[in-house]
Amino acid sequence: MSYLADDRKNETYLLMGNEAIARGALEAGVSVAAGYPGTPSSEIIETLAEASNQRKLYVEWSVNEKVAMEVAAAASFAGLRSLCVMKQNGVNVGSDFLLHLAGSGTRGGLVLVHCDDPGALSSANEGESRHFARLVEIPLLEPGDFQEAKDMIKWAFALSEEIKSLVMVRSVTRLSHASGNVTFGQLPENDSKAYFRHGGTFLDPLEGPLISLPVAYKHGQQQEKLRQAVDRFEDSSFNIYSGPEFPELLIVTSSACHLYSKEAINLLGVEDRVGLLKLGTTWPLPPKLMRKQMGRSDKILVVEEVIPFLEENVKILVAELAPEIGIKTFFGKKEGTLPKVGELNPDLVLDAVSKILQIDYEPAPQAYIKRAGELAAVAAPGRDLIFCPGCPHRASFWSIHNILQMDGRDGFVCGDIGCYSLAMLPTGFGTLKTLHAMGSGTGLASGFGKLGRFGMDQPVLAVCGDSTFFHAVLPALVNAVHHKSNITLVVLDNSGTAMTGFQSHPGLPVDAAGKEAPSIDISGVCESIGATVKVCDPFKLEDTQSTLLNLLEKETGVKVLILRQICALSPEKKSKKMYDMKIDETTCLGENCGCNRLCTRIFKCPGLIWGKEEKVAKIDDVICTGCGVCASICPSGAIIKKEVA
Amino acid sequence: MEKTPLASDPYNLVITGVGGQGNVMASRVLGNMMSRKGLNVTIGETFGASQRGGSVMSHLRISSETSWSPQIPKGKAHMIVALEPIETVRVLRDYGGPETRVICNTRPIHPVGVISGDQVYPSLEELRNWIKELTATAWFIDATDAAVRLGDPIFGNIMMIGALAGVGDLPMDRSDFEAVISQGMPKPKVEANLKAYDMGLELIEAV
Ligand code: SF4
Ligand code: SF4
Repeated sequence: MSYLADDRKNETYLLMGNEAIARGALEAGVSVAAGYPGTPSSEIIETLAEASNQRKLYVEWSVNEKVAMEVAAAASFAGLRSLCVMKQNGVNVGSDFLLHLAGSGTRGGLVLVHCDDPGALSSANEGESRHFARLVEIPLLEPGDFQEAKDMIKWAFALSEEIKSLVMVRSVTRLSHASGNVTFGQLPENDSKAYFRHGGTFLDPLEGPLISLPVAYKHGQQQEKLRQAVDRFEDSSFNIYSGPEFPELLIVTSSACHLYSKEAINLLGVEDRVGLLKLGTTWPLPPKLMRKQMGRSDKILVVEEVIPFLEENVKILVAELAPEIGIKTFFGKKEGTLPKVGELNPDLVLDAVSKILQIDYEPAPQAYIKRAGELAAVAAPGRDLIFCPGCPHRASFWSIHNILQMDGRDGFVCGDIGCYSLAMLPTGFGTLKTLHAMGSGTGLASGFGKLGRFGMDQPVLAVCGDSTFFHAVLPALVNAVHHKSNITLVVLDNSGTAMTGFQSHPGLPVDAAGKEAPSIDISGVCESIGATVKVCDPFKLEDTQSTLLNLLEKETGVKVLILRQICALSPEKKSKKMYDMKIDETTCLGENCGCNRLCTRIFKCPGLIWGKEEKVAKIDDVICTGCGVCASICPSGAIIKKEVA
Repeated sequence: MEKTPLASDPYNLVITGVGGQGNVMASRVLGNMMSRKGLNVTIGETFGASQRGGSVMSHLRISSETSWSPQIPKGKAHMIVALEPIETVRVLRDYGGPETRVICNTRPIHPVGVISGDQVYPSLEELRNWIKELTATAWFIDATDAAVRLGDPIFGNIMMIGALAGVGDLPMDRSDFEAVISQGMPKPKVEANLKAYDMGLELIEAV
């Protein structure tokens, strides 16, 4: 039972931004929600999936983001309110559908929530998706705090329904994964019925077929919808100005950056000099409101993450308004007052404002900052990201890495997106040599595998996880089989979407709400398209390695090695150890070990530590999960595993 | 207006540690305790990749007036609760100032660079001195050790919350703690967590 799915009107709770978004959807009477997991967006669907056990609501983890958009759109076409959720990259995946959807229009309220990750705190890039709103010509909203995250979703549904267009709502990591107080509104009873009307003419948006043709007509309609949205934006309560009537400097901002700006103004004590225009409706910008605010200040600082999207749109508007409001001086990313890459924080905004207003500011006494910096340099060695203790990927990459070396033909592995992306780093022995979008590892391998006639004779491998396999690897694998590309795909099947917290996917026998669902067998799928398939337990190093070596040396065409072992963090595994581990200190050769401390210097499971005084390896019982793998690593047999009774 | 129950307003607190130590849970529990007191709470944290052995931080902003940014401005932390000693210094570098106070769990978690011998982990003696030098007050407790005695090292995070209650900067009530952790936790687990909380309180009083 989740309190988020109880009425509790007017009660206030500490909610994560993503929970606030989910609550907003519930308060809007959402009927269908679909998404694909991706940090920082995953908790929205998770929360709704839990709520679906209490309320009339269908929630799914779709196979990928494009399908999620389509599933949500179908509900809208049938007259229901529906939500689709993804991280930024997902919008790229779904964008082909997005463009057509903008053209065809929608019926029941349809809201796309996308969570961007400025600074790439948990992503392989810091790309953002606000520009899709401009590209496909649909409205864009950006909540500025937690309460707004909830309230704005509700408003977005109403807006979408009024103008019959998809509405985008953008969150960022610092909202989605931050928490703040949110006061609940009412939860409606959901008595909506689904029915798809399709008997009318092509030109009838409510009764006809839903398509983006005839293009000129539908495109014109779409622009009319945007105009209607702008009208509502002009007096939206999500656009808030605070500060003096005629500020020396006007900050225009949105999203989490508004909180940073507020903080900067406060710390500098410049409330009477700087105005803050927080926009919640960021595309298209409402011109009347902008004219009023920008007419009152000569200097404008635009604070946003990551690309200067708002800045460019504001500048276009100011150019158009120049005859009325005069020429303005802009500060922001373009001119360089704010950094062009990475996420912002209160200090970066503070720095920008203090430069523009020529105020001196010190966060702490200079001597303190200097000394703390010196000490941190010696006292706080950095922490590289690593696979968890007992992670099956460490064992898998140990085998892949060693076999590639043994094979001796300079083979390489194309990487993919998941925990195993970390195999770029020493924790995975630097095994991955490319890393791009979901499914790209196999697509690249498919291409590399065809370069034989140009003299390329290096073995080509790709890896992917079980969830990624279904998301985007499958078409690439089909491509490789059909074109007789000579590659080996290693599927790291750890029974879940580990990176983002064990969401379900089509390979598992459960769905998003934890109910039983038919699972699709990866090895069966691969066999049916004609690949040579082997399955091993990566914890059995010898077996895995000889199987892989055989595949590389003896077989041609597409080979698939499925390494099956549950993630160390999975709830079913976490509480129990398979083995009690100990080091036989008399057998461990320590510094004299010919292996050059293979265990702690190369294999580096954090459960193994180096006893500085004793000069032998030790097991850290607090960290070791008892997977037993390191016992097979030590050439002297000094690491001993004993089965836990 | 009622006088704020906080030592400073906003009260800025960092909970830091290494991915997997229960940072997020600790910050949520404390945040909910403060929220029950009617205070405005903002928590900023990152999870995802950094949970894989990286340094993690939760920023708590507690105020009786308004909500603040999910990132504490540089130099403005009033309190650092550290689940791992070297993380204390890392946080002090960015968010510390001469007035900052620290509660530090003394159990090290070695970065891979240290395990492999490429980096050096300082001695606890050195760490203590450096942390003292950079703070107004520093308490050192072996929470992991006490948690292991309680049956699971993961209780270390709750023990640190108990210890924070002992410092008295925040209006932390044991009854709020119990109410917060009882949400969605089976009874025996609640008992164990209450014990951890109390042990934390005792540990800090014994320093
Ligand atoms: S979460 Fe699972 S798959 Fe990911 S690094 Fe940890 S053990 Fe490995
Ligand atoms: S058994 Fe060895 S490899 Fe497995 S978690 Fe423990 S120390 Fe790490």
